[in-house]
Formats: sequence, structure tokens, C-alpha cells
Amino acid sequence: MTVWGVRVPRMASLAIWLVVWEIVGQLDLLMLFPPFSAVVMAMGDVVTSASFAEAARITLGAYAAGLGLAIVAGVGLGLLMGLVPAADRLLNMWVNIFLSAPLSALVPVIMILFGLGTPTVIVTVFMFAVWIIALDTRAGVLHAPPSLMEMARAFGASRLQRLRIIALAALPEILAGVRLGVIRGVKGVVIGQLLVSIIGVGALFQLYSQNFLMAHFWALIVLIFAFALTLADLVGRLETRLEYYAGARHG
Amino acid sequence: MTLALDKVPDGANPPAATPAASPPIITVEGVSKTYDGGVTALSGIDLAFPAGKLAALLGPSGCGKTTLLKIVAGLLAPSAGRVTVKGRPVTGPGPERAFVFQDFALLPWATVLRNAAFGLELAGMARRQREEKARHYVAEVGLAGFEDKYPHELSGGMRQRVGLARALAVDADVLLMDEPFSAVDEQNRRKFQEDLIRLRELENKTFLFVTHSIEEAVYLADRIVLLSPHPGRVSQVIDPDIPRSDDVEAIRRDPVYLDIVDAIWRGLRRYAE
Repeated sequence: MTVWGVRVPRMASLAIWLVVWEIVGQLDLLMLFPPFSAVVMAMGDVVTSASFAEAARITLGAYAAGLGLAIVAGVGLGLLMGLVPAADRLLNMWVNIFLSAPLSALVPVIMILFGLGTPTVIVTVFMFAVWIIALDTRAGVLHAPPSLMEMARAFGASRLQRLRIIALAALPEILAGVRLGVIRGVKGVVIGQLLVSIIGVGALFQLYSQNFLMAHFWALIVLIFAFALTLADLVGRLETRLEYYAGARHG
Repeated sequence: MTLALDKVPDGANPPAATPAASPPIITVEGVSKTYDGGVTALSGIDLAFPAGKLAALLGPSGCGKTTLLKIVAGLLAPSAGRVTVKGRPVTGPGPERAFVFQDFALLPWATVLRNAAFGLELAGMARRQREEKARHYVAEVGLAGFEDKYPHELSGGMRQRVGLARALAVDADVLLMDEPFSAVDEQNRRKFQEDLIRLRELENKTFLFVTHSIEEAVYLADRIVLLSPHPGRVSQVIDPDIPRSDDVEAIRRDPVYLDIVDAIWRGLRRYAE
């Protein structure tokens, strides 16, 4: 981005918004909206507290489990849909419905099925992340050059070897799906825990808001955002390292 | 000069053996192909290809030449008729045939060397052995020094050379090439064609390639099968007798070359829009 001919790093816009936040906070208009400096101070408090360590442990555990399951199931489902037209006809509509449905409304049902605990959170993360991974994997399989499959057959590849080639050819799309799944999964873990509200960061949010610790509340939100964006960025880096796929595909 | 412009009547036997009395390595008997939608791509094709020769399938688009090549490769099943290679009927792909693809079909995530060795890798050959063999063929197609590059770092012509090295490395008797030069730019195409003439003298293999370029077919092929479209049928089989061994540059100036190009064009121009 350039402003008046000067190159400005992309983070600059973030800095401007933080300044606006600070000013609005200092004006003391809303009790809900402490200045950013107070949030930063509270962040130290939050991070060092024992309840945060415990919440982080529980949250990360549930997140990793849900996302791991979603990647395995999503890639499997996507491969199935991409390779077997009958399976695609059967599943495509449902996967798309789940992708765009307001899943938060389903969480109470999940809660009834899995109880007020970590299993519900894991299932929520899974439900948030799995569909986009499945659809992107399917798109990757359908995009894979047909000649690559003919090549594998012509040189005598077994079924398993052909599946491996397909999966590798679809890797750029699979990674794009995983990146989106990572972000949606964070949404899932927060919403799940908020609704269950007795474990993990959900319990912390509850604690802070009931005690009007708004700076702490915001600090926790900023931490979760930073976590989600950092993870997505890591997957994004992996994607750009595989950029050579694109060159080979369109070249 | 033997300009064998023998018309092949429908349902007739394969054309008489070439003057060189090598037995046919590929025979195509009564092959038809109708696609699911009811489109007839090929109808009643009878052909024979002698071993150790380079044959071209030439025709306008829609004549089913790629379909015929893929049937010989075992990648498509004919609706009727049969194909034999080395006397055995074709039921699927086999190790005695190797394929070179129009769009190269290289693994983008693998180096030149691994791509060239990929056929051997699928055949289960040990790593050291297959890489040694692939290295030899990578050098033979003129890519020595590029072994560790990735396909996206190569030009179209170089990528197709990798495709050719992969097909040569598996030691097949028959190389099937689907418009191998169509995605290669003009200068590189000429160079590649000259190299192919050299290569086929080096390697004792049978080549069957599909092209829509009259010049390319006459320049390279010992036998040209002209197909006509809708449905695909054999309209002519031509065995150009052009000396190719001494000077590859001279071929394009050879009067036989020029006459045959002209004769084929006169036959094909009615299919041009």
C-alpha cells in the first residue's frame, strides 16, 4: 500500500484503528469499551493467571482434537466426493447445507447428545471446520489434470498409488480448505465453550463479563484473534511454498 | 520414390506389408468407438504398423486420432473390434507400451529425475537402479544438468523431453505419442523433431504418434495414416520414402517431402473451414 507516494506497511492500518480505539476508550463513553492500553495491561494479568493456563490447556486440547478429526474426515469425504460421482450426488447438497447453515443453533443439540463438557466442544469444532475442508478437497480432486490419472494408469499404477497421486495433485486446494477450517475451528471452539460456558475460555469469558472486567474480556478476545490469525498464516505460508503446483497446472 | 497412395476400402484387411518385410507389431482389426452420448468417433478401422518404424496418425480435428491412440494404449476400450500388440490382444495398459502426453502429465511436485524415473518407480524398481537409468535417458533427450529442476522451471519443450525420457526409460517396445509437440513453441518444436529422428535411430522402438500437422507427419513418419472425420475412418495410408539418416536439415527441401505435403493438403483442404 502506498500513501502519497510513501510505502506504508500493511500493519499500519491496524495501528490507526488501535489509536482510534485508544481515543474512544479514553473518552469513557462506554463502560464496555476500555482504552486499548488498559486491554494491553490486562493481557499480562490474563496470561499469567492460573485459570487462563487451565482454560488454554482445555481449549487447545479440544481445538486440536476437533480440527484433527475434521481434517481427516474432511479430506476423506472430499476425496470420496471427487472420485465417486454417485457419492457426490448423494452428499454434495448436504455438505453445502452444513457449510452455510448457522451451526451455532446446532450446538444445544450437540450438547444434549454429548453432555456439558469437552466432547461437545470437540464436536462443535469438527462441525465448524469439516465441511469447507471436504468441499475444497473435492474441488482439488476435480481440478487435478485428467492426463495425470491417465499417465498413472498407462504406467501401471495400482489403485493406492493413483489415490496418492490424486491427493498430492489436490494438495493446494486441500491446504486452502484446511486454512479456512483452522479459522472456522476457532469460531467453533469459542462458540462451543461459550454455550457450554463452564469450561475453557468460555468459562473465562463468563467470569470476566460477570465481574465487569472488560479490559480482561477484550484482552482474551484479542488473544484468540491473534491465535486464529497466526495459525491461518502458518497454513498460508505452507500454501505459498507449494505455489509451484499452480505454475505446473496453468503453464 | 514409392508413393503408396493406396485407398483402403471399408472392412478390408490391413494394408499390404511395407517393402521392408518387418512383421506388424501393432494390428488394429475392425475397431469402432461410439461414446456414451451416441457420437461415433471411429468406425471400422483396420491398420497394421511394422516394428521399428515411426507411424503418424494424421487428420483434421474430430477424426478420432487421439481416440485410436488411446485405444491402442489400453486407456479406452473399443466398442467393437480388437487391437493386438506383439501378438497379444490389448485389454488395458501394459509394460510393452509407453505413452507420451500432449500436456506432458508430469508430477509438479517431483524433480526431472524423479519424473523420468516415475514409470520405473511404479514398476517397483529400486531407487538407485531407476535413478541411474532415468539419468541416462534424461541425458539422451538432451536435459543433462536439469535433473534436479522442477517441471515449472522448464519450458514446454523441455517438459515434453522429460515426458519422452519417462516413456523411454520403461523399455517399452512401442511409444505412443499424443500430439507431443503441439504445446511446444515453433523453434523448439523443430529442434525436438530433429532430435526425435536421431533418437529413433538410437533406440530400436516402434513409434506411433498423433498429429494435426501435415509437415510434422511427413517430416517424421515412415507411414502416415490419414483419417477422415465424422465418423473417423482411414482414408489413406502413405509410406513416404524420404532419406532421413544423413542430414535432417535436407528433409524439408527434399522434393518427395514437398510433393507428399502438397498431396495430403489437397486431400485435407475440404475439411478446413
